[in-house]
Amino acid sequence: MEQSEQNIVAQTETTTELPKPAALQDTRPADAPVRDTSGASVFESKNVSIYYSSFRAVTDVSLNIYENEITAFIGPSGCGKTTVLRTLNRMNDLVPGARVEGDVHYRGASLYAPGVSPISVRRRIGMVFQKPNPFPKSIYDNVAYGPRINGIRNRGKLDEIVERSLRQAALWDEVKNRLNKSGLGLSGGQAQRLCIARTLAVEPDVVLMDEPCSALDPIATGRIEDLMHEIKLQYTIVIVTHNMQQATRVSDRTAFYSVLRDEKSDTRTGVLVEYGRTAQIFEDPQDSRTQAYVTGRMG
Amino acid sequence: MTAMAAPREAPDLREPKGWRRSKNRIMTVLMVLAFVLTIIPLGFVLFTVIAKGASIISWQFLTGSPIPPNVLPAGFGGMWPAVLGTLLITGLATLMAVPLGVLGAIYLNEYGGRNWLSALIGFMSDVMTGVPSIVMGLFIFSIWVLHFGYSGLAGAFALGCLMLPVVIRSSYEMLRLVPDPLREASYALGATKARVTMTVVLPAALGGIVSGALLAIARAAGETAPLLFTILTVTTANPNVFSGANTSLPSQIFSNASQPYTGAQDRGWGAALTLIAICFILMIAARIVTARFTRYSR
Repeated sequence: MEQSEQNIVAQTETTTELPKPAALQDTRPADAPVRDTSGASVFESKNVSIYYSSFRAVTDVSLNIYENEITAFIGPSGCGKTTVLRTLNRMNDLVPGARVEGDVHYRGASLYAPGVSPISVRRRIGMVFQKPNPFPKSIYDNVAYGPRINGIRNRGKLDEIVERSLRQAALWDEVKNRLNKSGLGLSGGQAQRLCIARTLAVEPDVVLMDEPCSALDPIATGRIEDLMHEIKLQYTIVIVTHNMQQATRVSDRTAFYSVLRDEKSDTRTGVLVEYGRTAQIFEDPQDSRTQAYVTGRMG
Repeated sequence: MTAMAAPREAPDLREPKGWRRSKNRIMTVLMVLAFVLTIIPLGFVLFTVIAKGASIISWQFLTGSPIPPNVLPAGFGGMWPAVLGTLLITGLATLMAVPLGVLGAIYLNEYGGRNWLSALIGFMSDVMTGVPSIVMGLFIFSIWVLHFGYSGLAGAFALGCLMLPVVIRSSYEMLRLVPDPLREASYALGATKARVTMTVVLPAALGGIVSGALLAIARAAGETAPLLFTILTVTTANPNVFSGANTSLPSQIFSNASQPYTGAQDRGWGAALTLIAICFILMIAARIVTARFTRYSR
């Protein structure tokens, strides 16, 4: 990782790290192989625009997300970072009127090709939401929910998965004696770790996290951040966060999104301003908007 | 700090006198009054039915058969034909209306969205709520009884038609209350829509759906009008709901209460108390069963 730092920066600078978002897609041939010693790219988004009915929420986002890394999406409210996140496992399909233009490739397969089942997509790409949303079921049944819908019925196997997932989510010791109590009885931080355990139980390839700590206190946040560092050895994580310190603490790469206003037509849309190594985004941003945001002069 | 520098007067944190306080009092009194007004008729009905019916009810009254001729005083025969008829006909109506109504509500809320079909079904079901119950009876009379004769089944059809819109509306409102984040959590684990509905949405709404269904059942169990033209009123037990005239507690109350004989009137009161008791037991039983399924919801 350390020794690869140099060439990653070099690579990203020559390929994706250009000051203007408009230039992002044009500089690299569409089929350019992604060379990155830290891992293969898991997602390749190309010119993704997302509409809610006639409103273009996000315009022309192109970025690659790499294996076993934590990628953070930061930016002011309304810049479309959550919307972009939700294109990665087709959660936007659930929003009436939502439409995606452009394409997202997941390990070489197009997510939006005709015939692609969002169900199959989501079984590989899990999601943790902003507000902890445990099911009104027992703690055990919450974690076993995913494996069960994948057809695992064997009690011993389920027990094993539940324990492993809860351990991974650093919750096992707190709940092992009350697995049959309601998941709604947990504190906010515990409930969010339960939701993470529930996501990990289906052994996804990627975990998307939409501001997973925004409802939590610093201690609970710290636990979840530690947890992210541990599980990134096995998973690829994309996290949306409003907390820039969190982005610097946990992420390997950071994508900064912003709102582009068109004064003439009085419309606004989210754009990807800058994407690169987290250290570079925060210490040496190439775009003045990124600089303004990360230094706290805007947003 | 502790010296309280200047002897400043402590702020008055009591509720200020004036209009706001009076308003609060008036509203509180009105609420209590409304509660009392609601309880009075309910209490009187219950009191009268218990006072007049309690002495009539006995094991023989509940299980004896046939229902004796009107002229006989209380103590002869029993209400078993009516108890059986009510249980069978209401049960059958429940089997028809509740699954259909819940499925309809699921379609309206989970699948139909805002398309024209679900708007139409929702509207028609609301209109159906306002149809007088005797019209339902006449409707079943003309499309079923005229061809196949009187039967418990015909009565169940009529009661089912009455229950259906109530079940649809109450279930729909309950499903609407299920928060979307729960659905999303399930979808994000790769669940299909059917599975999200069956394993997350329905269980979360179950308590409310059961309440709505119970209201519908209780209403149907107490209906007389739709049964007049569909089951007739007979005096012997007819366990076969699919053919032959039948009877029910409300029909029996109706026919007994319009008699000049005290024996018949007494049996009417007894039947009324029996009906109330059956509904009461049903409610309790359903609550106990639902509590088992919704124990994780709080």
